[in-house]
Amino acid sequence: MKQIADFPAGLACPIPLTEYKNVLLAHGGGGKLTQQLIQKMFVSQFDNDMLGALHDGAVFPVGNMKLAFSTDSYVIKPIFFPGGDIGALAVNGTVNDLAMCGAKPLYLSSAFIIEEGLPMDLLWKIVLSMKTAAEAAGVSLVTGDTKVVDRGKGDGIFINTSGIGAVDPAAEIDPKNARPGDKIIVNGPIAVHGIAIMSVREGLEFETEIRSDTAPLNGLVERILKAGKDVHVLRDPTRGGVASAVNEIAQSARQGIQLNEEAIPIGEDVRGACEILGFDPLYVANEGKLLAFVAPESADLVLNEMRSHPLGKYAAIIGEVVADHPGIAVMKSRIGGTRVVDMLSGEQLPRIC
Amino acid sequence: MCLAIPGKVLEIDRNVSPVMGNVSFGGTQKRVCLEWLPEARVGDYVIVHVGFALSTVDEKEALETLKMFKEMEELGGDES
Amino acid sequence: MRFIDEYRDGEAAKKTAEMIRRVTTRPWTVMEICGGQTHTIVKYGIESLLPNALTLVHGPGCPVCVTPLEIIDKAIAIASRSDVLFTSFGDMLRVPGSSKDLLTVKAEGGKVRMVYSPLDAVKIARENPDMKVVFFGVGFETTAPANAMAVYQAKKLGLGNFSLLCSHVLVPPAINALLSSPANRVQGFLAAGHVCTVMGYEEYFPLAEKFHVPIVVTGFEPLDVLQGIYMTVRQLEEGRSEVENQYTRAVRREGNVPAQNLLREVFRVSDRAWRGIGEIPLSGYALRDEYAEYDAEKIFDVGEIRTQESPLCIAGMILQGLRKPSECGAFRTQCTPEHPLGAPMVSSEGACAAYYHFGEYRGEGQL
Repeated sequence: MKQIADFPAGLACPIPLTEYKNVLLAHGGGGKLTQQLIQKMFVSQFDNDMLGALHDGAVFPVGNMKLAFSTDSYVIKPIFFPGGDIGALAVNGTVNDLAMCGAKPLYLSSAFIIEEGLPMDLLWKIVLSMKTAAEAAGVSLVTGDTKVVDRGKGDGIFINTSGIGAVDPAAEIDPKNARPGDKIIVNGPIAVHGIAIMSVREGLEFETEIRSDTAPLNGLVERILKAGKDVHVLRDPTRGGVASAVNEIAQSARQGIQLNEEAIPIGEDVRGACEILGFDPLYVANEGKLLAFVAPESADLVLNEMRSHPLGKYAAIIGEVVADHPGIAVMKSRIGGTRVVDMLSGEQLPRIC
Repeated sequence: MCLAIPGKVLEIDRNVSPVMGNVSFGGTQKRVCLEWLPEARVGDYVIVHVGFALSTVDEKEALETLKMFKEMEELGGDES
Repeated sequence: MRFIDEYRDGEAAKKTAEMIRRVTTRPWTVMEICGGQTHTIVKYGIESLLPNALTLVHGPGCPVCVTPLEIIDKAIAIASRSDVLFTSFGDMLRVPGSSKDLLTVKAEGGKVRMVYSPLDAVKIARENPDMKVVFFGVGFETTAPANAMAVYQAKKLGLGNFSLLCSHVLVPPAINALLSSPANRVQGFLAAGHVCTVMGYEEYFPLAEKFHVPIVVTGFEPLDVLQGIYMTVRQLEEGRSEVENQYTRAVRREGNVPAQNLLREVFRVSDRAWRGIGEIPLSGYALRDEYAEYDAEKIFDVGEIRTQESPLCIAGMILQGLRKPSECGAFRTQCTPEHPLGAPMVSSEGACAAYYHFGEYRGEGQL
């Protein structure tokens, strides 16, 4: 095996070995460590404008069309959870990434890495779930790949989906386009998915069920784009939660963001779970949620349009883009003080303290 | 020290050892040990830390505390 | 949520802050003991609501932060063994030992599992009879009864594969040590409300009398903290040094007697080292001899532990309230939540982490 010293200078590992000798779970958390890994390892080597944008998908011209291309991998455990499973997540996740580019999702690919020993009927259930999800989203699964790995090497099943969509030519959706005055709208209560997953993980069982909010958002996005011409950014706050998403956008756009704690919708049961575990809901993953950054003149129009869609019934304006403190998101608390809403560091773990 | 949250007791099973119960936090229910609150009743609110109920919320005192804030508000208003 | 939201009311908070402003005529230094209170203060920006004359100092109220380095290193050594399934509260997983933390042990293949409750660790022991299940029992008096119950249950069930790595610390001896120090500037205390739900507050009367400091048992929501501060400052202004209870809805003077009985059954008071502060006599719990077979420190011989704190870390000064995190040279540079040099940057209750995440936002683009 080649040692690091064997590589020509310039190919030395960008993450100092003294910092992290091994990849940690937190590197997949969606917060600062993930960002660091992506920037130092991947972006630095595959350097190009599209990758550098670090948006949910890449948008590029083909002839006189604009296409969006996205990929996502699903490694979730447990494979089945209240409200969904890895299959539904895999389809909805890529559908949503494309929708966040302002694209109509068209075709999906799916690659399966299956652990030897996975029961066939489990695989069947997953596939049926993907079929249902694809039909609901109006996409076709057109190509794929299947691999089986030794028992003990695969955690049941891993799924990667990639997708292609057609971008609305009028849409100019890009995190860089957020500008001061833009209202930030969320389509419904936050922190549902992350808590649903936590609730079935060992040691954190609840007696009641909180169901994941996984859903295809392309229908809602179509409605939003029809309503407002000035939709500047769309983002689905998955890993790392709303906090990480707004931080990324604040940094891309080099603007500040101000959230209003009282305006953020959250279910009582999800709140209760967050309180017991000591979680901040702003950092908990969402799956059927999006943030829309809309010019102030169109905000109410878009909000009403969203509220008339089943996935936007509880849509609310939760904050706005400001010129102050560029790159930083802050939140006005219930009692009036303002605090910085930092990027997620590491994994959010239940605490006693 | 200590993340402890008030929840509502929905069920108590005094036939097991230690005594366990079902406590609701805004609708999310968790099994909680109620061994140290022999006087706890269904419908009471208890303070829960790491899956154990440490004390019952005294609703009268809770209201008193809030009343104090109201009185402060009024005093504040008068003196302004 | 009932009994939570009412104590986060903005109007009441502003009015209470106003009352504090009215009653403050001189500079005072007040310490809140509990990490949970530090969290609330920084999260809700409470300091910015207070008059400049009041200085809030953050105390060593984070059991995660004060767990001795030696115990962390022992935990890491035990967790690294192939025959051990190491269970712990989430808080401890990222606390840096001399060379790594428990999450790194997991990354390297160790069986490290997080639990919400000590009873979950007992369940894991029952379900894994071929593994030695160790539970990392840390905490103040709030958590001690729960950890005691785990050991008590293990003994009742005859679980030969369960043991506790015990690192408990007690609040009153810490206050005594802080107030006895010549460097002390603290004039009033907000005592930890949840510790007092278990222990009651009898122990604070001799302290208030000996050192002439007001001690107010305080809750954790923003209104509780503001009210606790108000009551403390009023005492200071009036020259009183009494023990008062702000958290009356949850704390009784005698505390929770059945929980205290279990504590006495399972633990004995012992001397303890506090990370960053040093040894404080009779400030911790150790397992009684009758429970020796459940004591992880006796079961596992992990060889000699040589501890090595980061030379840059000033956690001790911060835990004693002698410095603010922003005054540390490594704050935000070498020491961040991603690579913490000391415990207060890891625990979300630690002063350093609280300052880092919530910032000291002053408005108008100033941070």
